[in-house]
Amino acid sequence: MRMPGKMLPKIVGFVFKKPATVLYPKERLTPPKDLRGKMKFHKDRCISCGACARDCPSGACTMQPKSDGKKRPEFDLDFCTFCAQCAESCPKDAIEMTAEFELAHYRRGEAVVKE
Amino acid sequence: MNWLLSIIYLVVFPGILFVLGFAFFAEWLDRKVYARVQRRVGPPFLQPLADFIKLSSKEDVVPEKADNAIFTAAPIISLAAILAAFLYVPVVTATALHVFEGDLIVALYLLTIPTLALFLGGWFSGNLFGQSGAMRVASLLFSYEVPFFLALLAPALMAGTWSMSGIVVYLYGNPLAFVVTIGAFFIAVISLQGKLERLPFDIPDAETEIVGGPMSEYSGRRLALFRLARDAEMVVGAGLIAAVFLGGPWCPFISLDPGYIAWAVGAAFFILKTLIVLGLLILMKSAVARIRVDQMVNVAYKYLIPLALAQMLVVVLVKYMGWF
Amino acid sequence: MARVRIPIGPQHPALKEPENFTITLDGERVVGADIRIGYTHRGIEKLMESRSYIQNLYLVERICGICSYTHVYNYTHNVEEVLGLKAPPRAEYIRTLFLELERLHSHLLWVGVAGHEIGFDTLFMYTWQDRELVQDLLEMISGNRVNYAMNTVGGVRRDVSEEQRQKVLKAMDVVEKRCKFYQEMATNEKTLLSRAVGVGILKPSDAIRLCAVGPTARASGIDMDIRRDDPYAVYPELKFNVPTTDTCDVMGRVVVRVLELYEIIGMIRQLMQKLPAGDIKVKAPRRVPEGEAISHTEAPRGEDIHYLHADGTDKPERYKVRTPTMANMPSVAKMLEGVYLADVPITLAAIDPCMGCMDRVLVLKDGKEERNVLEWDRLRKYGIRWYAERGWKQ
Repeated sequence: MRMPGKMLPKIVGFVFKKPATVLYPKERLTPPKDLRGKMKFHKDRCISCGACARDCPSGACTMQPKSDGKKRPEFDLDFCTFCAQCAESCPKDAIEMTAEFELAHYRRGEAVVKE
Repeated sequence: MNWLLSIIYLVVFPGILFVLGFAFFAEWLDRKVYARVQRRVGPPFLQPLADFIKLSSKEDVVPEKADNAIFTAAPIISLAAILAAFLYVPVVTATALHVFEGDLIVALYLLTIPTLALFLGGWFSGNLFGQSGAMRVASLLFSYEVPFFLALLAPALMAGTWSMSGIVVYLYGNPLAFVVTIGAFFIAVISLQGKLERLPFDIPDAETEIVGGPMSEYSGRRLALFRLARDAEMVVGAGLIAAVFLGGPWCPFISLDPGYIAWAVGAAFFILKTLIVLGLLILMKSAVARIRVDQMVNVAYKYLIPLALAQMLVVVLVKYMGWF
Repeated sequence: MARVRIPIGPQHPALKEPENFTITLDGERVVGADIRIGYTHRGIEKLMESRSYIQNLYLVERICGICSYTHVYNYTHNVEEVLGLKAPPRAEYIRTLFLELERLHSHLLWVGVAGHEIGFDTLFMYTWQDRELVQDLLEMISGNRVNYAMNTVGGVRRDVSEEQRQKVLKAMDVVEKRCKFYQEMATNEKTLLSRAVGVGILKPSDAIRLCAVGPTARASGIDMDIRRDDPYAVYPELKFNVPTTDTCDVMGRVVVRVLELYEIIGMIRQLMQKLPAGDIKVKAPRRVPEGEAISHTEAPRGEDIHYLHADGTDKPERYKVRTPTMANMPSVAKMLEGVYLADVPITLAAIDPCMGCMDRVLVLKDGKEERNVLEWDRLRKYGIRWYAERGWKQ
């Protein structure tokens, strides 16, 4: 018979079980190792070709002049969509995605990946 | 020293402070159990109190279109009425603070006032959703009040008195009378769920349908009071059912000596029984969907009221046969 | 009783995205609904014309937050067609895997939202908890949870390893078990049934006339599914059924989607077992020659149509998207007729609306939104004139 609250006996046991959610800052889940998080830039491999900035869909990656006279990319994580196209476009594998995902900052412009 | 005891009874235990504290606890329990059934963590113990304090300190907006006096009075009146109703519930011993023949009826009427206050508050808030919620409150009033009243008539008939304390005294003598009125007990719990506007009967303040119904325009202190009033209503309603059906402070070892231990045990048993009723209220809402206004009227008039009437017939028969 | 007009939206708890439904009420009954869309117009089509094909991959994904992969699949399909490329078989298998995983989490999300709209929050919490399982799989394979950035012109960007393949298969067992639980929960709970059965009726004749698509149409007994009727990706190699019901109400839409969950799980299992070895992508040029392509796929919400016109540069000249919600909107007005006010949210939710995807056009005149109703004849003449002025032939 179809009764209101028919599933109740099946779910009432959850009261005494461990909840499915975790209290984030105290307990953490480990992200998969292939997560596309904050990128890592290997300065020594960069040839200043600008392929990353050309293909960046959100304008997060821009070529900035550096002290040695060359232009190299900077990544503004405020704009980044973590699609990793820059890493794919790079001919020298100078950009690497890491699994770091805790990217909150207090001020705009602080979350920039530089050399 | 009798007046001092009375004041403690009124203000501290089992008066205002006790009801309010219990109300916060009931809200916490409600949210916690609901969360755990849904496999969430749920709020920490003092969360309801923190919510109350925070809401009280928030900006309190009265809409331009609202009628200021009624808008402000509604939450205060509903809280006052609930606290007044609790005076007639026997908590510590079989006698409540104020006893007279017919106090059950008075308590029931006092418990209807919050509903009316909610209706007025919603209607005079000047909000379309508030008014539509108020209409739902008014149209549902009879769907749960009638079965609630009828269900509470059964133990009154059983005990042959209109006084709550009288019923409790009767239950002290005949604890098994509960078995006879068990049907009415469940009807009363279901109608109380409707009275408190909780799932599956939270039709008047259905968040996804009419935003929050009568509460849509409430904010700050007034909202805090309204929420507190609803929690207190839950406690008082559950306490009333616990007293009338389960015998309130009655326990198997009633003849304890000295008196104050008997009082403490009595109060503990009252709280325990109230918690049982609260537990039923909480579990009821955890596995159901919200029903519609017309379906609610159907449930009330097709099932609850006929069952309550049948229960009264059973009580009359039992009394006539002289089994109790 | 006087008729009351109640605005549902643009800001309303029942709507997750802003659109306006002005409901005309007679008592508690709805007698008419006036739908006004355009609140979430983002100008994606125009923006696409100023971006390269590679950048557009990630823009087109953001048309929808739930069914993102369908859009990017359509986009790459169009570009590949104009380029004359063909993705390797392994890439097509991985693409199909993503299409189906996405449908799985979209349907689980919908069951939860539908529960929430009628106050059944427990169901909502449970389905969203298991949706996490699917999203974890997507995250594991692609590295992202919502906009997967998985597809590229000529193939896919990441491979599925043997370990991941096993994990997907294992997760499917869990999801299947949970789906059975939801089915039991949804079909036995009296209060849920009383809210869903007989509500929001869309007759088969109306569904055809108003061009309903996807589960909305299938719940009205219209047996249509692009995956079977005009197969794309590797669907011809998969065995699956297209569940339909003829109840035409909200319950039918629940049933169709819940039954589809099993089909999806079955399909994912087949995909993971048949997964061929080989490359995952072929190199694609940046410039796309002149040409046009159109593709349609079965998104979780129904038929999704994309059109591309390329002019030989590295940017598209015109891109057009028609999302399933757009096609289902006229049906909503019909469904809403005669329901109770209390049933409006669940009726709206039953088509699984995705307003953000839908809003393609917003006409502004002197800084204000222009409400201009175009009849079919006028629209046709307008179109002919528009093309004639630009010297384009019919």
